[in-house]
Amino acid sequence: MLAIGLTHYLWVAAILFAIGIFGIFLNRKNIIIILMSVELMLLAVNINFVAFSAQLNNLVGQVFAMFVLTVAAAEAAIGLAILVVYFRSRGTIAVEDINTMKG
Amino acid sequence: MIVQALAFYLFAAIAIASGAMVISSRNPVHSVLFLILAFFNAAGLFVLMGAEFLAMILVVVYVGAVAVMFMFVVMMLDINFAELRQGFLRYLPIGGLVGLILLAELLIILAGWQLAPAATQSEMLAVTPPPGEMSNTMALGQLIYTHYINLFQAAGIILLIAMIGAIVLTHRRRPGVRRQDIGRQLQRRPADTIEVRKIPTGKGL
Repeated sequence: MLAIGLTHYLWVAAILFAIGIFGIFLNRKNIIIILMSVELMLLAVNINFVAFSAQLNNLVGQVFAMFVLTVAAAEAAIGLAILVVYFRSRGTIAVEDINTMKG
Repeated sequence: MIVQALAFYLFAAIAIASGAMVISSRNPVHSVLFLILAFFNAAGLFVLMGAEFLAMILVVVYVGAVAVMFMFVVMMLDINFAELRQGFLRYLPIGGLVGLILLAELLIILAGWQLAPAATQSEMLAVTPPPGEMSNTMALGQLIYTHYINLFQAAGIILLIAMIGAIVLTHRRRPGVRRQDIGRQLQRRPADTIEVRKIPTGKGL
């Protein structure tokens, strides 16, 4: 209980990941919260990477976590930009209306 | 040992609780603030695991950039969030079901997994240096700038593309705005713009 090992961190990451999935389903209409849930899931993945990196004494996990961080930042920037453009043209961010963009 | 355990449970509990608040809070501004709290506590977990550099990067990139960007969007767009929350309860059962199934699967894996023997023995490219010899940041830097230089550059290109994409997407050209056009200013010649008239004495124009 008091010796914190790899499994403890994996528990935290698993719970955070499940919270992220749950948030995507729960806030189906609010795309900002969906983006935040995706960030939470990426954070959980990063915790997994770093936990294994620490356990196996291998730094590659941390390098990969850094690249995940990079991609997450890019994804948030592009996602929010698309959101702003969509809001400007439609005046709402309801996800249900986006299906009119089908070609 | 006990301090480490207490710190772990503190960080983990706050991270999970604020993660739950992110998805359930009524006001999106509160969601962003709880997201920041979750990131801070995850950074604390990273420090506990010995990854100081990633912890600082997490604070700088996520809290300093991404969360602030979310905050900007939430506060700048005039969105009726109450309307967006309709159906919250309708999606609760299915979302809870999916979330619980996923969590159960992950926990089953967690209970049953074990390390492959080769994982710890294989000759590794990047062994974490023993504490005291080299800091985590320095070790990561030596790895990134040598073996992973191509991937590092690719990450930079991804960020550049994201930056250009975000600017191109959100930039709008408003008509009717008078901007300084230096090229046109420099092209003006006195002959084009100045007209000399001979005005007879004693008469107006």
